[in-house]
Amino acid sequence: MSRLLIRHARVVDPSQRLDAGLDVLIADDKIARLAERIEDRDAGVLDGTGLVAAPGFIDLHVHLREPGFEYKETIASGAAAAVAGGFAAVCCMPNTRPVNDNPAVTEFIRARASEAGLARVYPVGAVSKNLEGGELAELGEMARAGAVAFSDDGKPVHNAYLMRRVLEYAQLFRLSVVDHCEDRDLAAGGVMHEGAVATRLGLRGIPAAAEEVMVARDCGLAELTGGRVHIAHLSTRRGLEHLRGAKARGIAVTCEATPHHLALTDQAVADSEYDTDTKMNPPLRSAEHVEALLQGVLDGTVDCLATDHAPHHADEKALEYDLAPFGVVGLETAVPVTYDLLVRRHKLSLGRFVALWSTNPARVFGLPGGSLKVGAPADVTLLDLEARLTVNPDRFRSLSRNTPFAGQRLKGWPAATLVGGKVVWRRERK
Amino acid sequence: MNVAAAARLRGKDLVGIDPLSAGEIQLILDTSEQMREIAERPIKKVPALRGKTVVNLFFEASTRTRFSFEVAEKRLSADSLNFAATTSSVSKGETLIDTALNLEAMQPDFIVIRHAYAGAPHQLARILRSSVINAGDGAHEHPTQALLDALTIRLKRGTLAGLTVAIVGDLQHSRVMRSNVLLLSRMGATVRVAGPPSLIPIGMEKMGCEVHGRVEDAIAGADVVMMLRIQLERQGRMNFPTVREYYDFFALTPERLKLARKDCLVMHPGPMNRGVEIDSRVADGPQSVILEQVTNGVAVRMAVLYLLAGGHGEPTAD
Repeated sequence: MSRLLIRHARVVDPSQRLDAGLDVLIADDKIARLAERIEDRDAGVLDGTGLVAAPGFIDLHVHLREPGFEYKETIASGAAAAVAGGFAAVCCMPNTRPVNDNPAVTEFIRARASEAGLARVYPVGAVSKNLEGGELAELGEMARAGAVAFSDDGKPVHNAYLMRRVLEYAQLFRLSVVDHCEDRDLAAGGVMHEGAVATRLGLRGIPAAAEEVMVARDCGLAELTGGRVHIAHLSTRRGLEHLRGAKARGIAVTCEATPHHLALTDQAVADSEYDTDTKMNPPLRSAEHVEALLQGVLDGTVDCLATDHAPHHADEKALEYDLAPFGVVGLETAVPVTYDLLVRRHKLSLGRFVALWSTNPARVFGLPGGSLKVGAPADVTLLDLEARLTVNPDRFRSLSRNTPFAGQRLKGWPAATLVGGKVVWRRERK
Repeated sequence: MNVAAAARLRGKDLVGIDPLSAGEIQLILDTSEQMREIAERPIKKVPALRGKTVVNLFFEASTRTRFSFEVAEKRLSADSLNFAATTSSVSKGETLIDTALNLEAMQPDFIVIRHAYAGAPHQLARILRSSVINAGDGAHEHPTQALLDALTIRLKRGTLAGLTVAIVGDLQHSRVMRSNVLLLSRMGATVRVAGPPSLIPIGMEKMGCEVHGRVEDAIAGADVVMMLRIQLERQGRMNFPTVREYYDFFALTPERLKLARKDCLVMHPGPMNRGVEIDSRVADGPQSVILEQVTNGVAVRMAVLYLLAGGHGEPTAD
């Protein structure tokens, strides 16, 4: 039995309302003991002095691009980026080529992830065959092969009848249906948030209503079916209000918010003079939406954070704003961006911050992890809250560099990531 | 309005009106007035840009603007190269950036760019050593158009400050409107915009103008009425019903023009759709300055090239 002892860390585990200076003993791949002082001469020692030990962070929303788009990202490079960003587990969306709409692709993703041996990679299966919004994909087969949720992400489930049926069917497996809420007719080919900034820049806008009406629809369908809806990358004030109302009525809806939608506004498009690393979908919203979303995170309406890590090759992003693809990478900047914003500037407690990245996402998808209780998987994220570093895309493990945070100096970075009791990443000290 | 004249333009590029100060706008207009005089000479050419190379990089069809730039370049003795691509860069298989870098490798001094997508000139200005001049980018800006409009108004009225200017038409898709709103409001004019409400972009009022749905409200008492071209292919696409109805509700007709001041100037950036957004009786009437706009376009583009080249004082005749 291999043992690892994390010494002198500040253990923050919202699953047991814990925030104390403790030693953590890991035996094989499980948490074995938590105590103020643990002596174990045979155990390897990881000095946690000055660090926070939290349940391994989980990102419910990433795009790893393999199979099909390996020039943007592979499962191995994405998993490396994940652990370097403090994430022990990620859930990858099915919009690959071929689409993850059948158990063969689901199994392929899991096999590749296990070869990489870094982060846990949980596949999200498609709702519809080839993401076409027509026939249901093989939901049960994918669930059996290891899919942890269903989504046509990248595309909304436009057909309300299909959404109804998947919400009903997925209940058999107790899995969530993740929806990218966007009314495509209203979005009308827009490339940024519709409002004064888009008007001034002469760019076509995506109105907030394009998201809001679909969130309202999904809340209604969750109520009708009793199924579990998870709203991906929520970005609008009214969308949040619809969710708040639905939750108050006891409907099984959850949602996530991304670091970029919380930390940036549509003004970034103007300030950067059409830098395509400010282009993502949903778009960066105006300040009123960003403030409401932030409030939603602080008051608990937003269940968890997620990156929507969307790698694109530099050549694809080096196009006219209208032509460049939507999406930004997030795995290697998410923790410092959100720590800086939520804890340092908005005084969110460290326990709640950790919950937003671990305990809560684990609960939303029903994943193992999110806890450092004895017997839990030994997935641990170590944070150095004093570390002050500058975002340098050239040092990303991700194959892509499309971040809107390049050059930002941020405080509070991951220091090491443990998955199943193994240290899979540690920040090099200079 | 008392504007301290800028001695020179601050940047190497002219990507829009937005980055310009009132002083810089005034400098361009003052210089344009001097340039106008060159066109009156028997030999319409000065050596100010001799040995300079200008690439006219037009990704979108344009006759008037490209000719106007070419005439301006020739009158300043620059060497012009024309690069016309009506298709988008992507469908050609070469990206905008690669195209621009290839052209820059031939060491031009200026790149004049017209592009169907907003922001393309800004993206090029960031990476190119040459001066980038925006000749219209998507629905964003068309700075030399706004400058020539301003010059036309100033020559007729002596000033821009205190005037009321109505801009009417498809606001959503108009770069001419955006540049004009920015310029005129910065120079102290009151700007009113009007058009079909389905073509008024959200947050328009934050650009510094009054927004009207009814054309009559915008025109009433105006010193200048500027009509925008309607793109006919937009009819029947949920933007507005028909050209016939457009004329009925939004065109500048002799009757509507009576609502404005008696000496109100009638302007249009061209090309006009006669009988759609403007009635021929108005377009060809005594208040129309539409052809003077075209004349002034050459002078404004000469001034912009001259100032960006670092010129100062009066361009001398050789």
